[in-house]
Amino acid sequence: MIEAKSLTKTYPDGTGALHDVTFDIRDGESCSVIGPSGCGKTTLLLICSGILRPTEGRVVIKGTDVTAPSKELALIFQDYGLFPWKTVYENASLGLELRGFGKRERKRIVSSLLKDLGLQGFEKYYPKQLSGGMQQRVAFARALALNPKIMLMDEPLSSLDALTRENLQNFLLQLWRQKRMTMLLVTHSIEEAVFLGSKVIVLSPRPGTVIKTVDNPQMGDSDYRTKEVFFDKCREVRQSLDGGAI
Amino acid sequence: MQGSKAELRWWSYLITAVAIFGLWHLVAVILDSIALPTPVTVFFAFIAGLKDGLISHLLISTLRIVYGIALAFSLAVPIGLVSHETRVDKFVAPLIYMLYPIPHIVLLPVIILLFGIGDLSKIILIAMIVFFQILVTTRDASRNISGNYIYPLLSLGASKREIYKHVILPACIPKILTAMRISVGTAIAVLFFVESFATYRGLGYLIMDAWSRANYPDLYAAMVTMALLGFGIYVLLDRVERKVCRWVYV
Ligand SMILES: Nc1ncnc2c1ncn2[C@@H]1O[C@H](COP(=O)(O)OP(=O)(O)OP(=O)(O)O)[C@@H](O)[C@H]1O
Ligand SMILES: [Mg+2]
Repeated sequence: MIEAKSLTKTYPDGTGALHDVTFDIRDGESCSVIGPSGCGKTTLLLICSGILRPTEGRVVIKGTDVTAPSKELALIFQDYGLFPWKTVYENASLGLELRGFGKRERKRIVSSLLKDLGLQGFEKYYPKQLSGGMQQRVAFARALALNPKIMLMDEPLSSLDALTRENLQNFLLQLWRQKRMTMLLVTHSIEEAVFLGSKVIVLSPRPGTVIKTVDNPQMGDSDYRTKEVFFDKCREVRQSLDGGAI
Repeated sequence: MQGSKAELRWWSYLITAVAIFGLWHLVAVILDSIALPTPVTVFFAFIAGLKDGLISHLLISTLRIVYGIALAFSLAVPIGLVSHETRVDKFVAPLIYMLYPIPHIVLLPVIILLFGIGDLSKIILIAMIVFFQILVTTRDASRNISGNYIYPLLSLGASKREIYKHVILPACIPKILTAMRISVGTAIAVLFFVESFATYRGLGYLIMDAWSRANYPDLYAAMVTMALLGFGIYVLLDRVERKVCRWVYV
Protein backbone atom coordinates (compact mmCIF):
# COMPACT_ATOMS: atom_id res chain seq x y z
CA MET A 1 0.00 0.00 0.00
CA ILE A 2 2.67 2.52 1.05
CA GLU A 3 6.11 1.72 -0.22
CA ALA A 4 9.11 3.87 0.63
CA LYS A 5 11.97 3.05 -1.67
CA SER A 6 15.50 4.14 -0.70
CA LEU A 7 14.43 7.55 0.49
CA THR A 8 17.25 9.98 1.01
CA LYS A 9 16.72 13.60 1.90
CA THR A 10 19.36 16.26 2.10
CA TYR A 11 18.07 19.76 2.76
CA PRO A 12 19.38 22.59 0.57
CA ASP A 13 21.60 23.77 3.43
CA GLY A 14 23.37 20.42 3.39
CA THR A 15 21.63 18.84 6.39
CA GLY A 16 21.20 15.14 5.76
CA ALA A 17 17.84 14.19 7.25
CA LEU A 18 17.24 10.71 5.84
CA HIS A 19 19.49 8.12 4.31
CA ASP A 20 18.28 5.21 2.21
CA VAL A 21 15.05 4.53 4.08
CA THR A 22 13.07 1.61 2.75
CA PHE A 23 9.93 0.03 4.17
CA ASP A 24 6.47 -0.93 3.12
CA ILE A 25 3.15 -0.83 4.90
CA ARG A 26 0.38 -3.16 3.85
CA ASP A 27 -3.20 -2.14 3.33
CA GLY A 28 -4.91 -1.74 6.70
CA GLU A 29 -1.69 -2.06 8.61
CA SER A 30 -0.71 0.26 11.44
CA CYS A 31 2.93 1.18 11.51
CA SER A 32 4.83 3.15 14.15
CA VAL A 33 8.04 5.00 13.47
CA ILE A 34 10.34 5.77 16.37
CA GLY A 35 13.77 7.34 16.48
CA PRO A 36 15.89 9.87 18.33
CA SER A 37 15.06 13.55 18.13
CA GLY A 38 16.03 15.16 14.86
CA CYS A 39 16.54 11.89 13.00
CA GLY A 40 14.20 12.91 10.19
CA LYS A 41 10.83 11.53 11.26
CA THR A 42 8.88 14.64 10.33
CA THR A 43 10.80 14.83 7.09
CA LEU A 44 9.79 11.25 6.36
CA LEU A 45 6.10 12.02 6.88
CA LEU A 46 6.28 15.14 4.73
CA ILE A 47 7.81 13.08 1.94
CA CYS A 48 5.21 10.31 2.28
CA SER A 49 2.42 12.86 2.13
CA GLY A 50 3.78 14.37 -1.06
CA ILE A 51 4.52 17.80 0.42
CA LEU A 52 8.29 17.42 0.27
CA ARG A 53 10.29 15.81 -2.52
CA PRO A 54 13.01 13.35 -1.55
CA THR A 55 16.51 13.94 -2.82
CA GLU A 56 16.63 10.33 -3.91
CA GLY A 57 14.22 7.45 -3.93
CA ARG A 58 10.45 7.48 -4.20
CA VAL A 59 7.22 6.78 -2.40
CA VAL A 60 4.61 4.61 -4.04
CA ILE A 61 1.07 4.49 -2.73
CA LYS A 62 -1.27 1.92 -4.27
CA GLY A 63 1.07 1.49 -7.17
CA THR A 64 1.40 5.15 -8.10
CA ASP A 65 4.30 7.47 -7.39
CA VAL A 66 3.55 10.19 -4.86
CA THR A 67 4.29 13.59 -6.35
CA ALA A 68 1.58 15.75 -4.77
CA PRO A 69 -0.70 15.57 -1.73
CA SER A 70 -3.17 12.76 -2.25
CA LYS A 71 -6.87 12.83 -1.50
CA GLU A 72 -6.80 9.49 0.28
CA LEU A 73 -4.38 10.68 2.85
CA ALA A 74 -4.73 12.78 5.98
CA LEU A 75 -1.85 14.36 7.87
CA ILE A 76 -2.00 15.21 11.56
CA PHE A 77 0.55 17.34 13.35
CA GLN A 78 1.22 17.70 17.00
CA ASP A 79 1.15 21.38 17.83
CA TYR A 80 0.15 23.12 14.68
CA GLY A 81 -2.77 20.99 13.67
CA LEU A 82 -5.33 23.62 14.52
CA PHE A 83 -5.49 27.23 13.49
CA PRO A 84 -5.93 29.42 16.58
CA TRP A 85 -7.94 31.95 14.52
CA LYS A 86 -10.58 29.42 13.52
CA THR A 87 -13.30 28.03 15.73
CA VAL A 88 -13.65 24.33 16.42
CA TYR A 89 -16.24 24.05 13.68
CA GLU A 90 -14.21 26.05 11.16
CA ASN A 91 -11.10 24.02 11.93
CA ALA A 92 -12.89 20.72 11.62
CA SER A 93 -14.58 21.61 8.34
CA LEU A 94 -11.53 23.17 6.70
CA GLY A 95 -10.55 20.05 4.80
CA LEU A 96 -14.04 19.68 3.41
CA GLU A 97 -14.08 23.34 2.47
CA LEU A 98 -10.79 23.06 0.60
CA ARG A 99 -12.02 19.97 -1.21
CA GLY A 100 -15.07 21.88 -2.38
CA PHE A 101 -17.84 20.35 -0.27
CA GLY A 102 -20.97 22.51 -0.01
CA LYS A 103 -22.01 24.24 3.16
CA ARG A 104 -24.83 21.86 4.02
CA GLU A 105 -22.74 18.78 3.35
CA ARG A 106 -19.96 20.15 5.54
CA LYS A 107 -22.37 20.84 8.34
CA ARG A 108 -23.79 17.33 8.19
CA ILE A 109 -20.43 15.58 8.22
CA VAL A 110 -18.72 17.80 10.78
CA SER A 111 -21.63 17.93 13.21
CA SER A 112 -21.91 14.18 13.41
CA LEU A 113 -18.14 13.78 13.72
CA LEU A 114 -17.88 16.33 16.52
CA LYS A 115 -20.67 14.53 18.26
CA ASP A 116 -18.89 11.19 17.95
CA LEU A 117 -15.76 12.75 19.35
CA GLY A 118 -17.54 14.28 22.32
CA LEU A 119 -17.12 17.83 21.10
CA GLN A 120 -20.75 18.71 20.67
CA GLY A 121 -21.54 22.17 22.00
CA PHE A 122 -17.98 23.41 21.48
CA GLU A 123 -18.42 24.35 17.81
CA LYS A 124 -17.97 28.09 18.43
CA TYR A 125 -15.02 27.76 20.80
CA TYR A 126 -11.51 28.71 19.77
CA PRO A 127 -8.74 26.12 20.22
CA LYS A 128 -7.13 27.91 23.14
CA GLN A 129 -10.40 27.63 25.05
CA LEU A 130 -10.13 23.84 24.92
CA SER A 131 -7.95 21.37 26.79
CA GLY A 132 -5.07 19.75 24.92
CA GLY A 133 -6.95 16.50 24.52
CA MET A 134 -9.99 18.24 23.08
CA GLN A 135 -7.81 20.21 20.68
CA GLN A 136 -6.25 17.03 19.42
CA ARG A 137 -9.68 15.50 18.94
CA VAL A 138 -10.62 18.49 16.79
CA ALA A 139 -7.51 17.82 14.72
CA PHE A 140 -8.65 14.22 14.34
CA ALA A 141 -12.10 15.43 13.36
CA ARG A 142 -10.63 17.53 10.58
CA ALA A 143 -8.65 14.61 9.25
CA LEU A 144 -11.50 12.12 9.58
CA ALA A 145 -14.03 14.41 7.92
CA LEU A 146 -12.48 13.52 4.59
CA ASN A 147 -12.79 9.82 5.29
CA PRO A 148 -9.15 9.11 4.45
CA LYS A 149 -7.82 5.65 3.71
CA ILE A 150 -4.43 6.56 5.10
CA MET A 151 -3.55 8.60 8.18
CA LEU A 152 -0.06 9.97 8.69
CA MET A 153 0.51 11.30 12.20
CA ASP A 154 3.46 13.23 13.56
CA GLU A 155 3.62 12.83 17.33
CA PRO A 156 -0.07 13.62 17.58
CA LEU A 157 -0.32 12.88 21.31
CA SER A 158 3.03 14.01 22.62
CA SER A 159 1.91 17.22 24.29
CA LEU A 160 -0.83 15.53 26.31
CA ASP A 161 -0.85 14.34 29.89
CA ALA A 162 -0.56 10.61 30.49
CA LEU A 163 -4.24 9.90 31.09
CA THR A 164 -5.55 11.89 28.15
CA ARG A 165 -2.87 10.31 26.10
CA GLU A 166 -3.92 6.76 26.92
CA ASN A 167 -7.45 7.76 26.25
CA LEU A 168 -6.64 8.97 22.77
CA GLN A 169 -4.40 5.99 22.12
CA ASN A 170 -7.41 3.78 22.77
CA PHE A 171 -9.42 6.03 20.50
CA LEU A 172 -6.86 5.66 17.70
CA LEU A 173 -6.76 1.91 18.16
CA GLN A 174 -10.53 1.71 17.87
CA LEU A 175 -10.51 3.94 14.84
CA TRP A 176 -7.94 1.78 13.14
CA ARG A 177 -9.89 -1.39 13.84
CA GLN A 178 -13.28 -0.02 12.85
CA LYS A 179 -12.28 1.84 9.71
CA ARG A 180 -9.57 -0.55 8.58
CA MET A 181 -7.34 2.40 7.94
CA THR A 182 -3.68 2.35 7.06
CA MET A 183 -1.80 4.32 9.67
CA LEU A 184 1.71 5.65 9.90
CA LEU A 185 2.41 7.04 13.35
CA VAL A 186 5.54 8.93 14.34
CA THR A 187 6.12 8.94 18.06
CA HIS A 188 8.96 9.28 20.53
CA SER A 189 7.27 7.07 23.11
CA ILE A 190 8.29 3.43 23.00
CA GLU A 191 5.07 2.31 24.72
CA GLU A 192 2.94 4.23 22.26
CA ALA A 193 4.84 2.82 19.31
CA VAL A 194 4.31 -0.74 20.55
CA PHE A 195 0.70 -0.19 21.60
CA LEU A 196 -0.38 1.25 18.26
CA GLY A 197 1.92 -0.31 15.70
CA SER A 198 1.48 -3.78 14.29
CA LYS A 199 4.98 -3.03 13.10
CA VAL A 200 7.53 -0.69 14.67
CA ILE A 201 10.20 0.88 12.51
CA VAL A 202 13.24 2.03 14.47
CA LEU A 203 15.31 4.80 12.92
CA SER A 204 18.94 5.67 13.64
CA PRO A 205 20.16 9.15 14.61
CA ARG A 206 20.43 11.72 11.82
CA PRO A 207 20.53 11.03 8.93
CA GLY A 208 17.81 8.55 9.79
CA THR A 209 17.95 5.10 8.37
CA VAL A 210 16.02 1.97 9.32
CA ILE A 211 17.91 0.08 12.07
CA LYS A 212 15.29 -2.50 12.71
CA THR A 213 11.69 -3.41 12.08
CA VAL A 214 9.97 -5.03 15.04
CA ASP A 215 6.91 -7.08 14.12
CA ASN A 216 4.20 -6.76 16.68
CA PRO A 217 1.22 -8.80 15.51
CA GLN A 218 -0.22 -9.32 19.00
CA MET A 219 -1.27 -5.68 19.36
CA GLY A 220 -4.86 -4.60 18.76
CA ASP A 221 -6.48 -4.74 22.20
CA SER A 222 -6.71 -1.94 24.71
CA ASP A 223 -5.49 -4.30 27.46
CA TYR A 224 -2.35 -5.11 25.46
CA ARG A 225 -0.58 -2.61 27.71
CA THR A 226 -0.73 -5.04 30.62
CA LYS A 227 0.45 -8.14 28.79
CA GLU A 228 3.84 -9.74 29.11
CA VAL A 229 4.49 -9.69 25.36
CA PHE A 230 3.88 -5.91 25.33
CA PHE A 231 6.77 -5.42 27.73
CA ASP A 232 8.93 -7.78 25.72
CA LYS A 233 8.30 -5.77 22.57
CA CYS A 234 9.01 -2.50 24.38
CA ARG A 235 12.31 -3.94 25.56
CA GLU A 236 13.17 -5.06 22.05
CA VAL A 237 12.47 -1.61 20.63
CA ARG A 238 14.42 0.07 23.43
CA GLN A 239 17.43 -2.16 22.80
CA SER A 240 17.53 -1.39 19.10
CA LEU A 241 17.21 2.32 19.86
CA ASP A 242 20.12 2.16 22.31
CA GLY A 243 22.14 0.16 19.85
CA GLY A 244 21.65 2.83 17.22
CA ALA A 245 22.78 5.59 19.53
CA ILE A 246 26.20 4.08 20.18
CA MET B 1 -19.96 38.29 32.13
CA GLN B 2 -18.65 39.98 29.02
CA GLY B 3 -21.10 42.84 29.59
CA SER B 4 -19.74 43.55 33.03
CA LYS B 5 -16.19 43.50 31.69
CA ALA B 6 -17.07 46.10 29.06
CA GLU B 7 -18.76 48.21 31.70
CA LEU B 8 -15.71 48.08 33.90
CA ARG B 9 -13.57 49.32 31.03
CA TRP B 10 -16.00 52.13 30.40
CA TRP B 11 -15.88 53.25 34.02
CA SER B 12 -12.13 53.07 34.27
CA TYR B 13 -11.82 55.30 31.21
CA LEU B 14 -14.19 57.81 32.72
CA ILE B 15 -12.27 57.90 35.97
CA THR B 16 -8.99 58.39 34.14
CA ALA B 17 -10.46 61.20 32.06
CA VAL B 18 -11.80 62.94 35.15
CA ALA B 19 -8.41 62.57 36.83
CA ILE B 20 -6.60 64.10 33.85
CA PHE B 21 -8.93 67.08 33.65
CA GLY B 22 -8.87 67.47 37.44
CA LEU B 23 -5.09 67.58 37.46
CA TRP B 24 -5.05 70.01 34.58
CA HIS B 25 -7.48 72.25 36.45
CA LEU B 26 -5.41 72.08 39.60
CA VAL B 27 -2.15 72.97 37.83
CA ALA B 28 -3.87 75.78 35.92
CA VAL B 29 -5.24 77.29 39.13
CA ILE B 30 -1.91 77.01 40.91
CA LEU B 31 0.14 78.45 38.03
CA ASP B 32 -2.46 81.11 37.31
CA SER B 33 -0.76 81.82 33.98
CA ILE B 34 -2.32 83.05 30.76
CA ALA B 35 -0.44 80.27 28.97
CA LEU B 36 -2.40 77.59 30.80
CA PRO B 37 -6.14 78.25 30.90
CA THR B 38 -8.37 76.01 32.99
CA PRO B 39 -10.26 73.16 31.30
CA VAL B 40 -13.48 75.12 31.87
CA THR B 41 -12.20 78.10 29.91
CA VAL B 42 -11.00 75.79 27.17
CA PHE B 43 -14.35 74.04 27.16
CA PHE B 44 -16.13 77.31 26.48
CA ALA B 45 -13.62 78.17 23.76
CA PHE B 46 -14.31 74.72 22.33
CA ILE B 47 -18.07 75.30 22.34
CA ALA B 48 -17.60 78.71 20.75
CA GLY B 49 -15.29 77.10 18.20
CA LEU B 50 -17.94 74.54 17.30
CA LYS B 51 -20.15 77.39 16.11
CA ASP B 52 -17.21 78.95 14.34
CA GLY B 53 -15.98 76.27 11.94
CA LEU B 54 -14.04 73.99 14.30
CA ILE B 55 -16.06 71.08 12.94
CA SER B 56 -15.06 71.73 9.36
CA HIS B 57 -11.39 71.98 10.36
CA LEU B 58 -11.73 68.73 12.28
CA LEU B 59 -13.40 67.14 9.29
CA ILE B 60 -10.65 68.10 6.85
CA SER B 61 -7.98 66.88 9.28
CA THR B 62 -9.87 63.63 9.75
CA LEU B 63 -10.06 63.08 6.01
CA ARG B 64 -6.37 63.76 5.53
CA ILE B 65 -5.35 61.34 8.22
CA VAL B 66 -7.85 58.64 7.29
CA TYR B 67 -6.89 58.79 3.62
CA GLY B 68 -3.24 58.73 4.58
CA ILE B 69 -3.60 55.68 6.79
CA ALA B 70 -5.88 53.93 4.30
CA LEU B 71 -3.43 54.53 1.46
CA ALA B 72 -0.55 53.23 3.57
CA PHE B 73 -2.57 50.20 4.65
CA SER B 74 -3.65 49.24 1.16
CA LEU B 75 -0.06 49.28 -0.10
CA ALA B 76 1.85 48.00 2.91
CA VAL B 77 -0.34 45.04 3.82
CA PRO B 78 -0.26 43.23 0.45
CA ILE B 79 3.48 43.82 0.07
CA GLY B 80 4.11 42.69 3.65
CA LEU B 81 2.01 39.57 3.20
CA VAL B 82 3.61 38.40 -0.04
CA SER B 83 7.02 38.93 1.57
CA HIS B 84 6.22 35.54 3.00
CA GLU B 85 7.62 34.28 -0.30
CA THR B 86 11.39 34.33 -0.15
CA ARG B 87 11.41 35.35 -3.81
CA VAL B 88 9.54 38.55 -2.98
CA ASP B 89 11.37 39.19 0.26
CA LYS B 90 14.64 39.33 -1.65
CA PHE B 91 13.45 42.68 -2.91
CA VAL B 92 11.38 43.88 0.03
CA ALA B 93 14.02 43.27 2.70
CA PRO B 94 16.65 45.59 1.20
CA LEU B 95 13.96 48.15 0.45
CA ILE B 96 12.96 48.26 4.09
CA TYR B 97 16.54 48.13 5.25
CA MET B 98 17.55 51.15 3.21
CA LEU B 99 14.42 53.27 3.25
CA TYR B 100 12.88 52.72 6.67
CA PRO B 101 15.53 54.31 8.88
CA ILE B 102 15.70 57.60 7.00
CA PRO B 103 13.43 60.34 8.38
CA HIS B 104 10.75 60.61 5.71
CA ILE B 105 9.53 63.89 6.97
CA VAL B 106 12.53 65.63 5.39
CA LEU B 107 11.13 64.58 2.03
CA LEU B 108 8.40 67.17 2.44
CA PRO B 109 9.95 69.66 -0.02
CA VAL B 110 10.32 66.96 -2.65
CA ILE B 111 6.75 65.80 -2.18
CA ILE B 112 5.45 69.35 -2.43
CA LEU B 113 7.47 69.90 -5.60
CA LEU B 114 6.02 66.74 -7.09
CA PHE B 115 2.44 66.84 -5.85
CA GLY B 116 1.79 70.50 -5.13
CA ILE B 117 0.92 72.09 -1.83
CA GLY B 118 -2.62 70.75 -1.71
CA ASP B 119 -4.15 67.90 0.23
CA LEU B 120 -2.50 65.26 -1.96
CA SER B 121 1.01 65.95 -0.73
CA LYS B 122 -0.20 66.08 2.88
CA ILE B 123 -1.87 62.71 2.50
CA ILE B 124 1.15 61.25 0.75
CA LEU B 125 3.52 62.32 3.49
CA ILE B 126 1.30 60.82 6.18
CA ALA B 127 0.88 57.66 4.11
CA MET B 128 4.59 57.34 3.50
CA ILE B 129 5.48 57.35 7.16
CA VAL B 130 2.67 55.03 8.22
CA PHE B 131 3.42 52.79 5.22
CA PHE B 132 6.82 51.82 6.54
CA GLN B 133 5.54 51.17 10.04
CA ILE B 134 2.85 48.81 8.77
CA LEU B 135 5.13 47.23 6.18
CA VAL B 136 7.89 46.42 8.66
CA THR B 137 5.44 44.78 11.05
CA THR B 138 3.47 42.89 8.41
CA ARG B 139 6.62 41.58 6.79
CA ASP B 140 8.07 40.40 10.08
CA ALA B 141 4.80 38.65 10.89
CA SER B 142 4.44 36.93 7.53
CA ARG B 143 8.10 35.86 7.46
CA ASN B 144 7.73 34.26 10.85
CA ILE B 145 4.83 31.97 10.04
CA SER B 146 6.01 28.45 10.69
CA GLY B 147 5.93 25.99 7.82
CA ASN B 148 4.22 23.71 10.30
CA TYR B 149 1.09 25.81 9.94
CA ILE B 150 1.16 25.43 6.21
CA TYR B 151 1.92 21.71 5.81
CA PRO B 152 -1.49 20.51 7.04
CA LEU B 153 -3.12 22.84 4.52
CA LEU B 154 -0.89 21.59 1.73
CA SER B 155 -1.81 18.03 2.60
CA LEU B 156 -5.43 19.05 2.17
CA GLY B 157 -4.63 20.20 -1.32
CA ALA B 158 -4.78 23.95 -0.66
CA SER B 159 -3.79 26.39 -3.38
CA LYS B 160 -1.55 29.42 -2.81
CA ARG B 161 -4.57 31.67 -2.62
CA GLU B 162 -6.16 29.44 0.00
CA ILE B 163 -2.98 29.42 2.06
CA TYR B 164 -3.04 33.22 2.12
CA LYS B 165 -6.71 33.24 3.00
CA HIS B 166 -6.63 30.63 5.74
CA VAL B 167 -3.17 31.07 7.24
CA ILE B 168 -1.02 33.99 6.25
CA LEU B 169 -3.60 36.77 6.39
CA PRO B 170 -5.32 35.69 9.63
CA ALA B 171 -1.98 35.01 11.31
CA CYS B 172 -0.78 38.54 10.49
CA ILE B 173 -3.94 40.55 11.14
CA PRO B 174 -3.41 41.09 14.88
CA LYS B 175 0.08 42.43 14.25
CA ILE B 176 -1.14 44.63 11.38
CA LEU B 177 -3.86 46.20 13.47
CA THR B 178 -1.52 46.76 16.37
CA ALA B 179 0.94 48.44 14.02
CA MET B 180 -1.85 50.68 12.73
CA ARG B 181 -2.92 51.56 16.23
CA ILE B 182 0.63 52.49 17.15
CA SER B 183 1.08 54.48 13.97
CA VAL B 184 -1.87 56.76 14.79
CA GLY B 185 0.36 58.79 17.11
CA THR B 186 2.95 59.28 14.38
CA ALA B 187 0.28 60.07 11.82
CA ILE B 188 -1.17 62.83 14.03
CA ALA B 189 2.27 64.32 14.55
CA VAL B 190 2.86 64.39 10.81
CA LEU B 191 -0.61 65.83 10.31
CA PHE B 192 0.22 68.71 12.61
CA PHE B 193 3.47 69.26 10.76
CA VAL B 194 1.91 69.36 7.29
CA GLU B 195 -0.99 71.50 8.43
CA SER B 196 1.16 74.08 10.14
CA PHE B 197 1.94 75.94 6.94
CA ALA B 198 0.62 76.64 3.45
CA THR B 199 -2.96 75.84 4.35
CA TYR B 200 -5.93 77.58 5.90
CA ARG B 201 -7.78 74.49 6.85
CA GLY B 202 -7.24 71.77 9.42
CA LEU B 203 -6.55 71.56 13.13
CA GLY B 204 -2.82 72.14 12.66
CA TYR B 205 -3.62 75.45 11.01
CA LEU B 206 -6.00 76.33 13.87
CA ILE B 207 -3.29 75.68 16.41
CA MET B 208 -0.72 77.81 14.59
CA ASP B 209 -3.30 80.54 14.03
CA ALA B 210 -4.45 80.69 17.65
CA TRP B 211 -0.85 80.65 18.77
CA SER B 212 0.08 83.59 16.54
CA ARG B 213 -2.94 85.49 17.89
CA ALA B 214 -1.87 84.54 21.43
CA ASN B 215 -5.41 83.32 21.98
CA TYR B 216 -4.65 80.57 24.44
CA PRO B 217 -8.16 79.25 25.05
CA ASP B 218 -8.56 78.81 21.26
CA LEU B 219 -5.11 77.24 21.08
CA TYR B 220 -6.00 74.70 23.71
CA ALA B 221 -9.40 74.03 22.18
CA ALA B 222 -7.68 73.16 18.88
CA MET B 223 -5.09 71.02 20.63
CA VAL B 224 -7.75 69.14 22.55
CA THR B 225 -9.67 68.57 19.32
CA MET B 226 -6.56 67.14 17.71
CA ALA B 227 -6.05 64.88 20.71
CA LEU B 228 -9.65 63.76 20.41
CA LEU B 229 -9.11 62.97 16.74
CA GLY B 230 -6.16 60.74 17.61
CA PHE B 231 -8.09 59.18 20.44
CA GLY B 232 -11.10 58.51 18.20
CA ILE B 233 -9.06 56.75 15.53
CA TYR B 234 -7.20 54.78 18.16
CA VAL B 235 -10.44 53.60 19.78
CA LEU B 236 -11.91 52.75 16.40
CA LEU B 237 -8.90 50.60 15.49
CA ASP B 238 -9.01 48.98 18.89
CA ARG B 239 -12.65 48.07 18.33
CA VAL B 240 -11.89 46.66 14.90
CA GLU B 241 -9.03 44.65 16.35
CA ARG B 242 -11.23 43.19 19.06
CA LYS B 243 -13.87 42.28 16.56
CA VAL B 244 -11.67 40.89 13.82
CA CYS B 245 -9.25 39.14 16.17
CA ARG B 246 -11.77 37.72 18.56
CA TRP B 247 -9.65 34.61 18.87
CA VAL B 248 -6.84 36.61 20.48
CA TYR B 249 -9.08 38.00 23.18
CA VAL B 250 -11.27 35.04 24.15
N1 LIG C 1 13.62 22.96 6.14
C1 LIG C 1 14.77 22.47 6.66
N2 LIG C 1 15.95 22.94 6.23
C2 LIG C 1 17.11 22.44 6.73
N3 LIG C 1 17.19 21.49 7.66
C3 LIG C 1 16.04 20.98 8.13
C4 LIG C 1 14.77 21.45 7.65
N4 LIG C 1 13.79 20.76 8.30
C5 LIG C 1 14.43 19.92 9.14
N5 LIG C 1 15.78 20.05 9.02
C6 LIG C 1 16.79 19.25 9.74
O1 LIG C 1 16.66 17.93 9.35
C7 LIG C 1 16.81 17.06 10.45
C8 LIG C 1 15.59 16.20 10.60
O2 LIG C 1 14.46 17.02 10.91
P1 LIG C 1 13.04 16.42 11.28
O3 LIG C 1 12.18 17.55 11.69
O4 LIG C 1 12.57 15.57 10.17
O5 LIG C 1 13.41 15.50 12.54
P2 LIG C 1 12.43 14.78 13.56
O6 LIG C 1 12.91 13.40 13.68
O7 LIG C 1 11.01 15.00 13.18
O8 LIG C 1 12.77 15.57 14.89
P3 LIG C 1 11.88 15.67 16.21
O9 LIG C 1 12.00 14.37 16.91
O10 LIG C 1 12.54 16.76 16.97
O11 LIG C 1 10.49 16.00 15.78
C9 LIG C 1 17.05 17.94 11.66
O12 LIG C 1 18.43 17.99 11.90
C10 LIG C 1 16.56 19.28 11.23
O13 LIG C 1 17.29 20.29 11.87
MG1 LIG D 1 9.42 15.97 14.16
